[in-house]
Amino acid sequence: MIKTDAVIVGAGPTGLFCAHQLGIIGLTCEIVDNLDKIGGQCIELYPDKPIYDIPAVPECTGEELINNLIEQIKPFKFNFHLNERVQELTNENDNWIVITTSGKRFQTPNVVIAGGVGSFEPRKFPTKSAEKFDGTSVLYSIKDKTIFKDKSVAIFGGGDSALDWTIELSNTSKVSLIHRRDEFRGAPASVQKIKELSEKNIINLFTNYSIKDVKGNGSLKGVEIKSEEGESKILKADYVLGFFGLIMQLGPIADWGLNLDKKTIPVNTKNFETNKKGIFAIGDICTYPGKLKLILSGFHEGALAARGCFKYARPNEKYRFEFTTASNTIKDRLGVK
Amino acid sequence: MAKIKYIEHNGKEHVVEVQNGLTVMEGAVQNDIPGIDADCGGSMSCATCHVYVKEDWHDKLPKKEMGEDDMLDQAYEPNSSSRLSCQIMISDDLDGLSVYMPEKQI
Repeated sequence: MIKTDAVIVGAGPTGLFCAHQLGIIGLTCEIVDNLDKIGGQCIELYPDKPIYDIPAVPECTGEELINNLIEQIKPFKFNFHLNERVQELTNENDNWIVITTSGKRFQTPNVVIAGGVGSFEPRKFPTKSAEKFDGTSVLYSIKDKTIFKDKSVAIFGGGDSALDWTIELSNTSKVSLIHRRDEFRGAPASVQKIKELSEKNIINLFTNYSIKDVKGNGSLKGVEIKSEEGESKILKADYVLGFFGLIMQLGPIADWGLNLDKKTIPVNTKNFETNKKGIFAIGDICTYPGKLKLILSGFHEGALAARGCFKYARPNEKYRFEFTTASNTIKDRLGVK
Repeated sequence: MAKIKYIEHNGKEHVVEVQNGLTVMEGAVQNDIPGIDADCGGSMSCATCHVYVKEDWHDKLPKKEMGEDDMLDQAYEPNSSSRLSCQIMISDDLDGLSVYMPEKQI
């Protein structure tokens, strides 16, 4: 069990700056994110896109913004728990017990939900029949590529993940690549390589096809694909892989007893606390009259939520407002003289 | 101004007048029409404002920009009639447009 003053759910810009504010006022925190990297939507959706409305930063990319935020919280040495989704939240004697997908447990008086539009999850096949093979022979990520050796593998998708795995697995497996259109969005060199492999009959390439059905009882036997004109084909397959990118889902947050307004959590604007004591929501996931889904609003919300956390983390102390320019205590926390 | 018909997957129709300069996505969101999520807020960074447009309208709509089809690859059940509604800017020419919502966005 990890004891901390606050658990931040979501390592996007809002969660990172809230961590900074917690550090400034002398609190500890642990940051959990379902992605394998820090940065949330900024890194997953638009790392290279320029942002023009960060105060005092005329232009920066999503990646630059995140790198600067990471730099800014370095002095506090907070822990990140990546590839972990917060699964359960239960109340125990004025503390929250937070449990992640891998079974990590935190005990904390404060949980700050900075979850954007929810956690990123792979988009799955629309076909119902794929569900019963989910995680065994229908996969959306690859952990151990040796399982595909000498097997038939059907790969769906047109981006880098689909192309890279097709190229990689074509060395040891019989690979079919299926994509809904003629064009691929992967790197040009990979697209070229795919065309070569197809011409040499090392892989089977099916463009303008999508999945129709997954065949097999108990074990997967094959996959049926269809063209838009209604023509269908059955391909032999031991494994079916889907690489359609990531979608954002609210996930378990919906089960924590919080008030919800569509996919957002109503908060008060004094400290961004939700209807549950000690649970705060900031950034895109919170809503209140006048809410703007801007990164700068998330920063403000995080600063106020951090002060809200202080009350529960240090019930016997009085919060004292200080400026970073003038406070020696804060300078000590930042490790500057 | 253009009259746009939004048709939910279950067949329920919503007809609203949308101002020029807004997008088909914004027309739905501002009028609380269900079926268009628009998680990323219209920056062509997700595929949750996906709609189908009948073929006779394809040439009358603003052309797909680079990247729209890439995002559509990640949509729920895309086909050759698929568009991201955040990329369809309203003008008088679109008066009478019907867009069909997919079964779901995520």
